[in-house]
Amino acid sequence: MHRYQAGEEDRRAMLEAIGCASTDDLFVSIPPEVRCGALDLPLARSEEEVRREFWAYAVANSAPECFASFLGAGVYRHITPAVADSLLQRGEFFTAYTPYQPEVSQGTLQAIFEFQTFVCQLTELDVANASLYDGATAVVEAVLMASRIHPKRRRVVVAGALHPDWRAVLGTYCEPMGVAISEIGWGRDGRVDVAELGRTVADDVCAVVVQSPNFLGVVEDLPVLEGVISSSGALGIHAVAEATSLGLLAPGGRFGFDVVCGEMQAFGIPAAFGGPLLGFFAAKQAHVRQMPGRLVGETVDSSGRRGYVLTLSTREQHIRRAKATSNICTNHGLMALAATIVLSLLGRKGVCDVALASHATAEYLKTGLRARLAFPDSPTYDEFLVIHDDPNGLLARLKAEGILGGVSTAAFDGSWPRGFLVAATERNTREECDRLLDALRRLG
Amino acid sequence: MTGSSSLRERERLIFERSSRGRLGYQLPALEVPSLDPAATLPPGLLRGEIEGMPEVSEVDVVRHFTRLSKWNYSVDEGLYPLGSCTMKYNPRINEEVARLAGIAQLHPLQPEDQVQGALALMWELEQALIAVTGMPRVTLQPAAGAHGELTGMLMIRKALSDRGERRRTVLIPDSAHGTNPASAVFAGFETVEIASTPEGTLDLSAMARQLEGGDVAALMVTVPNTLGVFEPEIVKAAAMLHERGAFLYMDGANLNAFVGVALPGKMGADALHINLHKTFSTPHGGGGPGAGPVAVSKALVPYLPVPTVEKAGGRYTLSSDRPKTIGKVRGFYGNFAMLVRALAYIRSLGRDGLKSMAEGAVLNANYIRKRLEGDYHLQYDGPSLHEVVFDDSLQAASGVKNVDIAKRLLDYGFHPPTMSFPLIVHGALMIEPTESEGIDELDAFIAAMQAIAREARESPELVKGAPYTTPVQRLDEVRAARQPVLRWRRAKD
Repeated sequence: MHRYQAGEEDRRAMLEAIGCASTDDLFVSIPPEVRCGALDLPLARSEEEVRREFWAYAVANSAPECFASFLGAGVYRHITPAVADSLLQRGEFFTAYTPYQPEVSQGTLQAIFEFQTFVCQLTELDVANASLYDGATAVVEAVLMASRIHPKRRRVVVAGALHPDWRAVLGTYCEPMGVAISEIGWGRDGRVDVAELGRTVADDVCAVVVQSPNFLGVVEDLPVLEGVISSSGALGIHAVAEATSLGLLAPGGRFGFDVVCGEMQAFGIPAAFGGPLLGFFAAKQAHVRQMPGRLVGETVDSSGRRGYVLTLSTREQHIRRAKATSNICTNHGLMALAATIVLSLLGRKGVCDVALASHATAEYLKTGLRARLAFPDSPTYDEFLVIHDDPNGLLARLKAEGILGGVSTAAFDGSWPRGFLVAATERNTREECDRLLDALRRLG
Repeated sequence: MTGSSSLRERERLIFERSSRGRLGYQLPALEVPSLDPAATLPPGLLRGEIEGMPEVSEVDVVRHFTRLSKWNYSVDEGLYPLGSCTMKYNPRINEEVARLAGIAQLHPLQPEDQVQGALALMWELEQALIAVTGMPRVTLQPAAGAHGELTGMLMIRKALSDRGERRRTVLIPDSAHGTNPASAVFAGFETVEIASTPEGTLDLSAMARQLEGGDVAALMVTVPNTLGVFEPEIVKAAAMLHERGAFLYMDGANLNAFVGVALPGKMGADALHINLHKTFSTPHGGGGPGAGPVAVSKALVPYLPVPTVEKAGGRYTLSSDRPKTIGKVRGFYGNFAMLVRALAYIRSLGRDGLKSMAEGAVLNANYIRKRLEGDYHLQYDGPSLHEVVFDDSLQAASGVKNVDIAKRLLDYGFHPPTMSFPLIVHGALMIEPTESEGIDELDAFIAAMQAIAREARESPELVKGAPYTTPVQRLDEVRAARQPVLRWRRAKD
């Protein structure tokens, strides 16, 4: 028998108890025409053989840890304290289910309550949910929430440079829901064209999405944009792709945005080729009953002790079915736990320190690249766009020197300025930065 | 106070443990020039330190989360018989290989020549899922089962609009998971519920009546259904749908019941999501992440989300060349680290172990059914596959409800079954043991259930007051919903 399953003696005893001669008798309800023979798969393998196969996959990849890496564009490389993964590997956390039985799930529930609190603190908003899949689907959920709050307004405005994957996913979801998307470009400074935004928002717009720092790395003027958005009655949605920026830059919540949501991978989630990441979602109190996803709330037990439960679940699919605020069930709870652990370790001071160190490192690189910057006079956080005619060729030459120099905009559709995005964080040493600057001087 | 009693005290929130000046980290020395952000960023956009964030040491953090972990029940601790959730053992080798640097640290936007191993792995998983389903292609992108449902329904919608049809109706049996109707609605459809037959299965004549209108886009059905019973007329249902130009969406939440025994492709499924966190053992993580790949029939292949992994001449590529695609359903390519674990599981089990997995799951469920029949009422007595749904009607006379039985089970050291689902069973107790359990673990669970049935007869108040031994007792859910406290705030002095 297989090492993950019970043995022959178990089976024999159970078959006897239920009066079956063999396990084949258990499947008589499955008609012959849908049955199959042996699957076209290899036979069971030992742990060592499995390890061997996966080592081969791993070494066929170029792990960024073996390079000076400046990759970002939605997934960032920040410190991951050893404590985080060590705690995540406790079976009590990672082999538990959704906390539907609160009496034996207080660990998960309290951790999610702490996560919700961290998200509220980072976003300066009232309520946050227990996580969503990723930044792309978080923005989708925010827009769909806005379309429920304003059912007669059937248009959403995407202002400025939203991550192209997020924009694409928004399109996929909005079309069947009958929500049209209008896009507003960016000006010469890489920021939302405020005048164009003013001309575009009208009383048929349910929400305006602004990513800041945006996909080009540029920090948007959120208070000015919020003024234009709120005057139209639309919900303001501040999308965040680089969550550590919230350690330095004031969030949309401070300026009156209704929703701040996006991607929290930067706080301790491995890049893992793009998943699982960590979608987060925070909103004003007024919107809580239209929010998507699970919420954990505080309460007391029958002896008056504080405890935590899943709450306001009449919004959710298992209760409300076709009228639910989202179809989400399984979310990214373990990733939320990882971020909660990392945010606890960083705390009040560390969140600022990580942001400041990342920003200083990126500014150091920008100083050396001033003439090639797409937006030399615009504020950026830890990522910026370098103009180049042949970014793919240049990045390949950099790689030959042990540098993953950035993400080529040629990987996306042709509407982006030609060049590559360079992200620098507290993990990039000065030596790595100098190697990149030197290589760019030599290689063009 | 003794050490053990202090450990049972409530651990405060991390914010309440804060003490000014404690640090839980140290950054590398900054080698680049430090700067004043007010000089590089607009001062009006800056923020200072964030009020209320904790200041704790590394030791504080380890202790805090270790203590929290002890208040969780988990598969590592014991049987976790949540029906429909397939809480099976999570092998540790899967965790190890998912953490290899060449896998865990890989950036999704590295050029294809740098990620050939990752693409090969995804290709291999797709081939394995093709073998398991008997369907021609699989998208690995959806992040969870519900996300897979939405993806499948969007493909169906696109296929219909490609034919110039705008059908609005999706049929869903009343025994379905709540995600089915929710996903159908977010894909732009309206749902019509079909009452189950007296046997709890799909009512073909009710479906036929709905099909006459010509507006039905699809039927969403779980196989085996949420009672753990194989849908006896699924092949006929598929033929009827196809004849009317409609599609069959199959919810694969219960795929664990027949891997290696039968193929959804042969049943006529057009789209089928596979919860890798159920059948293929990726850990549930206290609520996720999961992964919900969708297998599709030939008719839906043109509409798959982009990108797909393609193989040509020994090289793998991410292709977005799919003119009729529904587009992208998420950022990047899927919950890759969960795909890694699922493939490791499939490799560990192999074709022999996978079939044995289904056999073990079905045998264990039938053993529990046999041993608990009589103590608990079985409303639908069709042949069980991987799970069995009892109810609390035998206990009703003494006023003991399913929730009481569930809470009392906690005192016996077991996680309760799924309760109050499916909706067609009043007071449901839905038990899915999975193949991970040996007869000794099952016997202990059965003994606990039998003891509770006895208690319900003899001392119902004892059952109704449970649990008594858990870190907290029954929690006031009404208060949580009426006066929502969804975050910590510093108490006002």
